[in-house]
Amino acid sequence: MAEPTHGLGGLKYDPAKRTRAPEWNVFAALVLIVLIFEVLNRLNGGSFLFNMRDNVDALFNQQRLDIMILQVAIIGVIALGVTQVIIIGGIDLSSGSVVGATAMIVMSFAQTALVNGNPNPKAIFGDWAMDLPVIVPIVVGLACGLFAGLLNGLLIAYTRIPPFIATLGVMVSARGAARWWSNGQPVSFPTESYGKLANGDLLGTLTFGTLSWEGQNPAVIFVVLAVLFHCIMVYTVYGKRSYAIGSNEAAARMSGINVDRHKVLVYTIAGLLAAVAAILLTSKNLTAQAGMGVMYELDAIAMAVIGGVSLAGGRGSILGTVLGAAIFSVIISGFTSVKLDAYYQEMVKGAIIVGAVALDQWRQRSRLRG
Amino acid sequence: MSDIILETRGLTKRYGGVHALEDANFILRAGEHVAVVGDNGAGKSTFVRQITAVEQKSAGQVFFEGREVNFEDPLQAREAGIETVFQTLALADDLDVPSNLFLGRELYKFRLGPFSILDRKTMRDRTMDALKTTAVKIPNVDNPIRNMSGGQRQCVAIARTAAFASKLVIMDEPTAALGVQETGQVENIIRGLKERGVPMILISHNLRQVFDLVDRIVVFRRGRIVASLNKDETDGNDIVSYITGVKGLGAEAA
Repeated sequence: MAEPTHGLGGLKYDPAKRTRAPEWNVFAALVLIVLIFEVLNRLNGGSFLFNMRDNVDALFNQQRLDIMILQVAIIGVIALGVTQVIIIGGIDLSSGSVVGATAMIVMSFAQTALVNGNPNPKAIFGDWAMDLPVIVPIVVGLACGLFAGLLNGLLIAYTRIPPFIATLGVMVSARGAARWWSNGQPVSFPTESYGKLANGDLLGTLTFGTLSWEGQNPAVIFVVLAVLFHCIMVYTVYGKRSYAIGSNEAAARMSGINVDRHKVLVYTIAGLLAAVAAILLTSKNLTAQAGMGVMYELDAIAMAVIGGVSLAGGRGSILGTVLGAAIFSVIISGFTSVKLDAYYQEMVKGAIIVGAVALDQWRQRSRLRG
Repeated sequence: MSDIILETRGLTKRYGGVHALEDANFILRAGEHVAVVGDNGAGKSTFVRQITAVEQKSAGQVFFEGREVNFEDPLQAREAGIETVFQTLALADDLDVPSNLFLGRELYKFRLGPFSILDRKTMRDRTMDALKTTAVKIPNVDNPIRNMSGGQRQCVAIARTAAFASKLVIMDEPTAALGVQETGQVENIIRGLKERGVPMILISHNLRQVFDLVDRIVVFRRGRIVASLNKDETDGNDIVSYITGVKGLGAEAA
């Protein structure tokens, strides 16, 4: 609390005059939106957040919270990477397709040999790839993400192709790879230990049952990764350089920052995070399909933009994106709760993305004026 | 000869067929403040960009402290002790003042490659010291510099240069966009450098400022150095005639 007041050339440094963190505004918006949906639900005699059924003993509407948390967690992991890419002034359109391709490949290394006593009907490889230790599909999956991210980064940093085009190309190719992998057939029946990755109870195991609830793993992994990348963006030179590059790439270059190498690193991390999402998703669903992750890139970008990450680069935070992801998920679940048709949901989702970008543009202009 | 800080011999830069800088021979001595003047496109900024390795020279040699140097990028030049304020402000608008001062040369608490932990407190303290020694007034160093006036931002850029200045300072039109008061502040920083004995190359269009601040004036015209005059031996009209080409045609060999 006791931040001293610095006298500097007659002008006083007053900590109270510091500008309020924009994340507070996003948080306020989240609370407001939750309240709106709560009121709308109450008008229909239901509730958005709380449990209204007498036969269930719970304070909250557990089913809805579970769906929201799962959605935030899996697409949110992608959004963590996309946030860093946008902060350096780039864009990553490939993450959804990378999820698809990684899902197919990962699942092929996670299959079990016998399903109910019969040979696995969806087997991709021979016996050698059956019932492998769970670390194998994890490493293979991360390698896929690493490869895709590295490809994005190298294309953007060293061929000077605009990020939009480079990642669009990778997006189309990765989706093609996902379809080609098994001729469009789903890959299913993973080992039990692979299924536990997303359906397990990590905290419960670690705390001997104290913090146990079902299917918590995606949320726990998301929170751990969010905290990790928050610290990296705030406390390490990686974050500092990311903001510097997004803010003024020429200045970063002149200051001696190896901008190209840093871009490759950021896109690679984004690819790795997309792979983590693919692993969680396939483990959750116990199957992989070539169409997995379609439009996830736009959902992830939307989460970041709603959370205050500026598409112009240089501004935004991991915390903002986490809140943006929560808003995004609340809106989607909220529309379902008021029984809005799925088609309307998509239209409104598009409008939200455009609205968030328009708000960002407006903020930039007003900043230039003032 | 040992008091020569910087020397260029036959420094040349071509962009395709355009000769932006040709055969520039230039000497800067210890503690000396030299102004580089000339019309737009005369090659002043090009000259500086070759020295600081923002661009790679087409031909010629650069000697720094008696040794020939071939910097590959601006960081090498900076590590050798050449600090530059660029015409386009080399600042990151979304970062605060300490981050900008230490951009590209951050201090660490703990080294771990790209994930090294920043020593934010020390950087902030040193920023405060640097601002104090250069008498730059910034109300709140923890705000992004986007919210500051053009003059304040320019002062941050110059404070960065002055704070790290060890052997040579180069300023490319440091007051071009500033008001009267802010210009005065920048000029005070430059006088402070003179007192500390730090040599400087100043690119400026402002002849009043040039005559106020420097010891010697070098005139560029069409990519060539056409004159090098001590301040006491010349006046504004003389300089203008060199700039416009009334005088000094064919005086490239200077």
